[in-house]
Amino acid sequence: MALWCRGVQRILVDVRPIFSLFQTIGNTEYSSLSSVSRPEGLGSDEAKEAKTVEGHKPIVPLECRFVYPEFLPDPRLDHRNSLREKLERMDMLNRRAHIDIPEFYVGSILAVTSSNSHAPEKSSRFVGICIQRGGCGLRASFILRNVIDHQGVEMFYEMYSPVVQKIEVLRLEKRLDNELLYLRDALPEYSTFQLDMEPEFLPEGAPVPVNPIKVKLKPRPWLERWERQELKGVQDLGLPERFYKRAAEVARPWEKYDLMKEYRASIPAEEQEEIFVEVYSQLQQLEVMRKKMKRRRTFVRPKKMG
Amino acid sequence: MNCKGRMDSKFMLMADLLCDKAATTTAMLREKLKTCTVEYITNNFDVESIWLNVIMKRLSMWRNFPELMNVGRTFHTSSVCGHIIKLTRLRVVDNSEIGKQAMAEGKPPKCIHIYNKKGVGTIGDKVLVAVKGEKKKGIIVGVKQNQPSLIPKFDSNNVVLIDDTGTPLGTRIHVPIPQILRTILKEKNVVKGVDYTKLLALATRFV
Repeated sequence: MALWCRGVQRILVDVRPIFSLFQTIGNTEYSSLSSVSRPEGLGSDEAKEAKTVEGHKPIVPLECRFVYPEFLPDPRLDHRNSLREKLERMDMLNRRAHIDIPEFYVGSILAVTSSNSHAPEKSSRFVGICIQRGGCGLRASFILRNVIDHQGVEMFYEMYSPVVQKIEVLRLEKRLDNELLYLRDALPEYSTFQLDMEPEFLPEGAPVPVNPIKVKLKPRPWLERWERQELKGVQDLGLPERFYKRAAEVARPWEKYDLMKEYRASIPAEEQEEIFVEVYSQLQQLEVMRKKMKRRRTFVRPKKMG
Repeated sequence: MNCKGRMDSKFMLMADLLCDKAATTTAMLREKLKTCTVEYITNNFDVESIWLNVIMKRLSMWRNFPELMNVGRTFHTSSVCGHIIKLTRLRVVDNSEIGKQAMAEGKPPKCIHIYNKKGVGTIGDKVLVAVKGEKKKGIIVGVKQNQPSLIPKFDSNNVVLIDDTGTPLGTRIHVPIPQILRTILKEKNVVKGVDYTKLLALATRFV
């Protein structure tokens, strides 16, 4: 009973951002990640104002939960343990001091270099599009996919694994969906990327572009029933009417209005803020350090002319 | 393999009862089903009420899709795991004559034995395959199944054909090969016996 009461209190505290979420559900095309979507009305300026009134805490931008999603713990209550989470965050920061884990999203193209005792040169590099990103804390992971020599290959990486030496972002962009697992059933040209791809740089402070590409799937049989998932990045599936009928029957369109479900599946905004207040200054420092290092390294040797 | 549980044996029994003993052909069963109602079943057969709903559902399915009548379930349960087991179709990725022909004909080889204790093949395992009416041995060089971190997962189950001494039948492998295969095959070598590492020399690219 006491637990339940506490739950209700937390809901009451958390209700404001959730309601603003519903107002924006209609007009946000891309709600990234499973945590609470970013309410557009509540921009970072408003948050800053709210903070400065309190005057104590450092200012934490709201994008943090999209840039560093793995710092948020697993929302399942039986998996929560505040001490473990804190220790994990410290370990993650320690690891980030040694390697650069850049900002990337599902749909970005990455190159990962990892030590590999099986390779003759003791390290291997893999380039591919990120089709899934998940896991919390030290178990954060992502899957890269590429088509090499007409053969689809996927590689699963753990972000904080000590064997990962380097993570580069070759093209920073988002796609229309939160998971691109349908690329497994798509035509190979949609997941083919050159292994010697040059990194593309975005101008400083520019928003991350969303790639609105619509992928064409191969004819059935598929790995999953894609027509039953509300995919935005897929061209018309060209199925007989009965498939769509069945999809409509099993669809659960009311679930997006289920406040309790949303609450259970996300970390409340207040808690997110606490976490990011704890780690943000260090993350910021690392970012500044890295920029300095990059500037030092990007000395371009003059080419011989003529 | 088809999943035939308790429920399905019940259905088979019902189907047997609904027709005469001899009438096992689908045509006769179909005729019977056209007239079959809930009352008919409850009056003539001893059926618990929980089963009745399920049975009527299945009968209506048979009515709509008579071709499903001989099938226990309409879905398979073993392909989902992506296991390489006996009778799994594999893809030959080298340029051996027999493998190329089998792939071109659209009759990819079937795995008929896996030389390990588990019966489920994975990267580096030796398999016996049936290709074009012949028995050949092969090494699995890439699997569809989900893999642990840093081991590649492929879109198809790839196999390279070898002979009894471990010499590959082809001269080139035209898809990427997992790096870990180097270590696995070296461990499996028998001194002055089978040498599997000859296969690695054919690979064009490692991932």
